[in-house]
Amino acid sequence: MADLVCKNLNMTFTNPQTGDAVEALKDINFNLSKGELLSVLGPSGCGKTTLLNLLAGFLNPTSGEASLGGKQIEGPGVERGMVFQQGALFEWLPVSKNVDYGLRMKKTDPAESRVLVEKWLDIVGLQGFGDTPTYQLSGGMQQRVALARCLINDPDVILMDEPLGALDALTREKMQSLVLELWKETGKTIMIITHSVEEALLLGERLFVMAPRPGRIHKEYNLPFAERGLSESLRDIKQDAHFSQVREEILTMIWNMEEEIMGRA
Amino acid sequence: MLESLSDNRASIAAVLILLILAAFVVSLVIGKRQSRLRAKDEVFGDPQRTRGGWYWALLGVCTILLTWFYFSWGVGRAYFPQTANEMCQIAKLDETLSPITARLPIESRYYKSTLLVSRNTTQLETLESSLPVEAFTEQEQTELLALIENSRQLIVNSSDPANLNQEAQVQFEKLSGEIETLSADLRKGSEGLEPTAEALAQPKWGVSSTEIPILPTTSRGVLFDQVASKSEAITAAFVKVRNHIPANDALIADTKERLAALKEANESGSFDEKTTEARNAYVKAVDRIFKRLDDGLIFPSKSLDTINAAITDLHDAKNDAKGNLTLIDAVFFPGKGVVKSKTQCTEQGSARWLPKPTDVVATFGKLANPNLEDGGGYRGFPLLWWKWLPVADVTGFLFPDWIADAWPGEYARHGSDGSIDPNFKDKLLAFAEGEVNLGSIPMLDGHIWDSLFRVLVALALGILLGVPLGLFMGVSKFFKSFFDPLIELYRPVPPLAWAPLILTIFGIKDDGKIFLLFMVAFAIMVISARTGASGTQLSKIRAAHSLGSTDRQIMWNVIFPNALPEILTGIRIAIGVCWGTLVAAEMLAGTTGVGFIENIARTVSDYELIWVTILIMGILGLVFDLMMRWVIDKTIPWRGKG
Ligand SMILES: Nc1ncnc2c1ncn2[C@@H]1O[C@H](COP(=O)(O)OP(=O)(O)OP(=O)(O)O)[C@@H](O)[C@H]1O
Ligand SMILES: [Mg+2]
Repeated sequence: MADLVCKNLNMTFTNPQTGDAVEALKDINFNLSKGELLSVLGPSGCGKTTLLNLLAGFLNPTSGEASLGGKQIEGPGVERGMVFQQGALFEWLPVSKNVDYGLRMKKTDPAESRVLVEKWLDIVGLQGFGDTPTYQLSGGMQQRVALARCLINDPDVILMDEPLGALDALTREKMQSLVLELWKETGKTIMIITHSVEEALLLGERLFVMAPRPGRIHKEYNLPFAERGLSESLRDIKQDAHFSQVREEILTMIWNMEEEIMGRA
Repeated sequence: MLESLSDNRASIAAVLILLILAAFVVSLVIGKRQSRLRAKDEVFGDPQRTRGGWYWALLGVCTILLTWFYFSWGVGRAYFPQTANEMCQIAKLDETLSPITARLPIESRYYKSTLLVSRNTTQLETLESSLPVEAFTEQEQTELLALIENSRQLIVNSSDPANLNQEAQVQFEKLSGEIETLSADLRKGSEGLEPTAEALAQPKWGVSSTEIPILPTTSRGVLFDQVASKSEAITAAFVKVRNHIPANDALIADTKERLAALKEANESGSFDEKTTEARNAYVKAVDRIFKRLDDGLIFPSKSLDTINAAITDLHDAKNDAKGNLTLIDAVFFPGKGVVKSKTQCTEQGSARWLPKPTDVVATFGKLANPNLEDGGGYRGFPLLWWKWLPVADVTGFLFPDWIADAWPGEYARHGSDGSIDPNFKDKLLAFAEGEVNLGSIPMLDGHIWDSLFRVLVALALGILLGVPLGLFMGVSKFFKSFFDPLIELYRPVPPLAWAPLILTIFGIKDDGKIFLLFMVAFAIMVISARTGASGTQLSKIRAAHSLGSTDRQIMWNVIFPNALPEILTGIRIAIGVCWGTLVAAEMLAGTTGVGFIENIARTVSDYELIWVTILIMGILGLVFDLMMRWVIDKTIPWRGKG
């Protein structure tokens, strides 16, 4: 069992100068089974990135615990792959060297890695770009490299923080399909943070709507659209009445939260 | 080949100047046309506008070269190679006449006599009013005032034309007549005058160590030279003329006697220290003015009129005889022209400190000649050449002696028969001291190489030690906080302020200079590596962690490449600063190196050599910088694109 589990997770940031405490996360509890696709949505500052950083092991929770496959998360690890908003590629390396970075760190046999790199570049649709310097790639291509770099390590969970946030609408849609495809093909557990309600609906079997101050899971949905996205066109799904209804419901919910914040401020 | 090039620098310069002028015009025309073409589709402020533009670069270089040629008199020498020699002859005349002109209002406002009268009168007045009453008795005071009055009377007597010394009167008239013959000579012109064979055989202008050939090489020059030598006798006679007048004789004798009495009183009297000092000083001051007046250099102003007229006329005659020389001098020889000193004629003004481009090249050629017997190199050391370097010297340098000392066992002792049988430890020591034969390798040599070597070694050490430290300081609280104060304490001190201390500690050999430069390079490398390392994006480091890197792998694979642009920029800066510091350090101490040459050149005022060293340093600095720019472009094409 490779479940991602959060138990009573709390995260409080204390400003060392003023002593002010920010409850970024409070009492987060959830259980993500292997192969599940989770999207997380919420107004800005509700603790989405903090949650992801805790799961990735970049931060330690103030209290509570997070574990993967029964093993407590105590630091970054290969079993939890990360994809960042801007790709965070190593711009001094060409595409193939970025992709096989993890393998090189493990000192994998070069011949073996070459085959793997070819395979993953193929999957993300970048065949033939192995020697291109990454700074010459477009934003969408850079995100594909980031995905390949993460997946080549064969992680149990993939954590993505607004991976498609910086892309234009068209590229974004293509990449959404790619994420769904990868999900189906690899059967990985994926947790994806997004600002876009549509994207959250499309890329989430499960969907958390988080609320700020303190950061918490406000509402959880189980949605059919990701499954459908594997066979149907994403554009058709967006036209669907059920889709529109959930979208409006969540939008209203987030609007209300934003207004509450404004009112309080 | 080189000789003939050197002998014909003037003609070579003439051709060069024409070529540069042509390039100047062509690039100006191209540049004008290009900017007219572009003006339409470029907006102001767009940095892209600065790209390209070789024609403006060419124009800039041409402007510099032309300015250089012009102000160094290179243009003058190229197209009027005889002018300096002729100006030298005129300078000779000016120089011989200068004792006469100095007494006349020719290059000054007043007659020398007028100045003497005015200055002495003022000083007498000051003396009169500053008489220290407490130091002298009443009687002495009256005496001193009377003496001052005497001096005044001397001035009055000397200025009266009725008293003029008869001999002086006669001499002035005679000398005026002689000066007039000089003017007449000048007006006659130079026809029929020929330079001597000896004069024609002189080395050309600028070729030998005497700047300007001193013997006249043109007929006009011969004319001035002849007039100048004739005027010597006139000047000699003139300076002997004194206005000693009978009316003053009794006054002078009287004053002398009374001053002597006063001095006597000063010596024999017993006064306290302060009074003695005041008395002595005052009597001395009165005496000084009196002696000056006794000289007989004050003439009635009228008596000098004839001489003044004659000299003024001679000047006119001289200017007429100069002819087109006046114009050439004004246009092509900026500055004060040529001045003749005791033994030679020298260029004055900008040409004095700015050598001609061709001369600089010639001096450089001479220095660059690796054949020391043939007069090449500088101070018995070539500029840049190669030699066979014994490998043992290198190993001896790299392999410290203490390793041999630390080796287990003891050094050999002499045996009972007086022989010494070296054991392994001895052999190790010989190796560490470089006293073994390991063959030789070719190695660069010379002043330039010495300077380069110092910079490169210091830079290499600075990079090897500074970059890792800087990287660690960028990521570790301990390293940052521990080393920051150390580095920040010594870094702000200008390197040259450290130099005297470090050169004292390490001695004047390479070690001290290398250490000094190392300090400079080290600080720069630490700071740039640190800035580069701490500028690494957190997301990249996190990504690397998630991809399973160890800390060390992150250091090497993420932080180092991220800091590389800063490090390379740091190296580029460090080279520049080291280079600048080195030259100054070599000036302080040492026997080789470019800075050493310049320092010696400075002490002997060899401006050509100074400029050669300046140009060498400039060009090497430029080469370094271009190399670094190329390296930066090649190694970090991603810079600014992450
Ligand atoms: N290192 C930190 N120190 C102090 N406070 C922090 C820190 N990181 C996050 N916070 C606070 O925690 C809260 C949650 O931040 P977080 O970055 O997780 O929000 P988010 O949901 O990812 O927002 P966005 O959608 O804008 O990315 C915010 O109020 C933020 O100010
Ligand atoms: Mg965030």
